[in-house]
Amino acid sequence: MEDFVMYFTIFVLSMFVGFEVITKVPPTLHTPLMSGSNAISGITIVGAIISAGSGHSILTTILGFLALVFATVNVVGGFLVTHRMLEMFRGKD
Amino acid sequence: MEKIVVNLAYLLAASLFILGLKGLSHPRTAVRGNLLGALGMLIAVVVTLLDKRIVDFSVILAGLVVGALIGVVLALKVEMTAMPQLVAIFNGLGGGASALVAGAALYETKNPDYLFTTASVASGIIGSVTFFGSGVAFAKLQGLIKERPIRYTGEQVVKALFALIALALGTYLVLNPQNLELYWIIAGVASILGILLTIAIGGADMPVVIALLNSYSGLAAAATGFVLQNNALIISGSLVGASGIILTNLMCKAMNRSLLNVLFGGFGEVATADQDDIYAGKVKATSPEEVALLLEGARRVVIVPGYGMAVAQAQHAVRDLYNLLESKGVEVEFGIHPVAGRMPGHMNVLLAEVDIPYEKMKELEEINPTFEQTDVVIVIGANDVVNPLAQTDPKSPIAGMPVLEVWKAKTVIVIKRSLSPGFAGIPNPLFAMDNTLMLFADAKKAVQEIVSALKEG
Repeated sequence: MEDFVMYFTIFVLSMFVGFEVITKVPPTLHTPLMSGSNAISGITIVGAIISAGSGHSILTTILGFLALVFATVNVVGGFLVTHRMLEMFRGKD
Repeated sequence: MEKIVVNLAYLLAASLFILGLKGLSHPRTAVRGNLLGALGMLIAVVVTLLDKRIVDFSVILAGLVVGALIGVVLALKVEMTAMPQLVAIFNGLGGGASALVAGAALYETKNPDYLFTTASVASGIIGSVTFFGSGVAFAKLQGLIKERPIRYTGEQVVKALFALIALALGTYLVLNPQNLELYWIIAGVASILGILLTIAIGGADMPVVIALLNSYSGLAAAATGFVLQNNALIISGSLVGASGIILTNLMCKAMNRSLLNVLFGGFGEVATADQDDIYAGKVKATSPEEVALLLEGARRVVIVPGYGMAVAQAQHAVRDLYNLLESKGVEVEFGIHPVAGRMPGHMNVLLAEVDIPYEKMKELEEINPTFEQTDVVIVIGANDVVNPLAQTDPKSPIAGMPVLEVWKAKTVIVIKRSLSPGFAGIPNPLFAMDNTLMLFADAKKAVQEIVSALKEG
C-alpha cells in the first residue's frame, strides 16, 4: 500500500507537469504533439523487452514479442513521422 | 546498486521526455524537442537491455527489427493528408502493447498483490479499448467503413452493459488472481466496448476521438507502469494522458459540446426541411475567372481550409495561389478552425507540407477581428465552421459553437461541390448571403483554375 501511494504521487504530479507543459503548445503544432506524445507512450517498450527476453514461458515470450513489435512501431514510427512534420514547420530559412 | 543506476537512467529518460514536450511550444525549438524525446527513449531501451532478467536476446532483436522496419516504412510513406489515420494506428498499437505487457506480467508474477492485479486489469481494459477503438477510427478515416455514426435503439444500454461486465470481471480477477485466463476475457469484453464506442461516432467528431484515444494510450502505459512498478512508464504515461485530455477538451470547446455529448449524443441525422427557404433564389454561382478578377483588386485575402481541402489534396494548388497573390503584393492569411479536418492541427500540417509559413496560419480568435478589413475570403471545403447559425439560431445543433465570421469580409467565395449540408446536417445561410459567391467544383480543380485565370489576367 505504501508503494502504491508513492507511485500514485508520481502519477498525479506528472499529470500536473503534463498539463503545464502541454497547454503551452500552440494549436498549429497539435498534430505533431499527438504523434510525438504518442511515441512517448511507447515507453511500454521497456516492459515488452523484459517479457520477450526473460524466457519465463512460451506464452509470456509470445506476448512479449507481440507487445515489443507494437511498441517499436509506435516508438520508431512516432518519433520519425513527428520529425518529418516538424521539419516542414521549420521552413526553409 | 545496479537497480539505482537503472532507475536513475529511467529518470533521465523521463526528464528528456518533459524537455522534449516543452520544445514543442514553438516551431523553431520543436525539432530539437522531438529529438530529445527520441534520445530519452533510446536511453530507456538501452538500459533495459542490460537487465539481468534477460536470458535470450534473439526474440528481442527480432521484435525490435520487425517493429522498427514497419515503423520506418509507415512514417516515411504516409501522405500528410492521411496523418489522422496514422496517429490512430500508433495510438492503438501503444494501447495494445501496454495491455499485452500487463497480461504477460500477470503470468510472470507469483503471489500478486491487489495493487498489481488492479493495475493489470486497468491496463488490460484501457489498452484493449484503445487498440480496437483506434482500429475502428482508422477504418473510418481510411474509408474502409462508413464514416456515418452507426446508431441503434438501446445502444447506450448495450455500451454500459459491456463496461459493467468488464469492471465486474476485473473485480473478480483482483479478488481471485489465480484465474489468469480471465484476463483475456476481460480484454475481449473491453475490445468489444472499444468497437461499440467508436463505431457510434461520425467523421467530423474524429478530432475528439483521436485526442481521447491518444489520452487512453498514455493512461494504459501509466497503468502498466503501476504493474511493473516502473516510474518511467508512470511519468511518460501520465504526460501523454494529460496531453490527450487537454486536446480532447479543446476540441469539445471548439464545438461547444461536452465530451459526453460527443461520445453518446451525436448529431441527429435528420436533414432540416427549411433548406429551400434559405437557399431559394438567393445563391449566386461564380466562375474561376470572376474570382480571379476579384482577387486582382484585393489587398487582403483570407483562405479558410476545411476537410474538403484534404480530401481533394488541394493543398499544393492552394500554395500556388498563395505564392501568386503574395507576389502581386496581396496580403494572404489562413484562418484555421480548431476542428477543421479530422484531427487537431490537421490543416496546419497540410499547409506546412507545402511551405506555408506558420506565421500565416491564424487561430480563430486571431483571425475573426480581421475579417472586416478583408477584401476576399476563400472557403475551401469547410462548412459547419463558417455557419452563422451558430451565432443566430439558439435552437441549432451547432448553437454557441465558435465559428469563423467570414461573412464580415467584403466578398466570400465558397468552393464546394454542391449545397449539401456539412456534418451537422443543417443548411448554411452563408451560402445565400449577398456578399457570398459559390464556386461549385472540386477544390483542387477550382483553385488551379483560379490560379491560371490570375496568370492570364
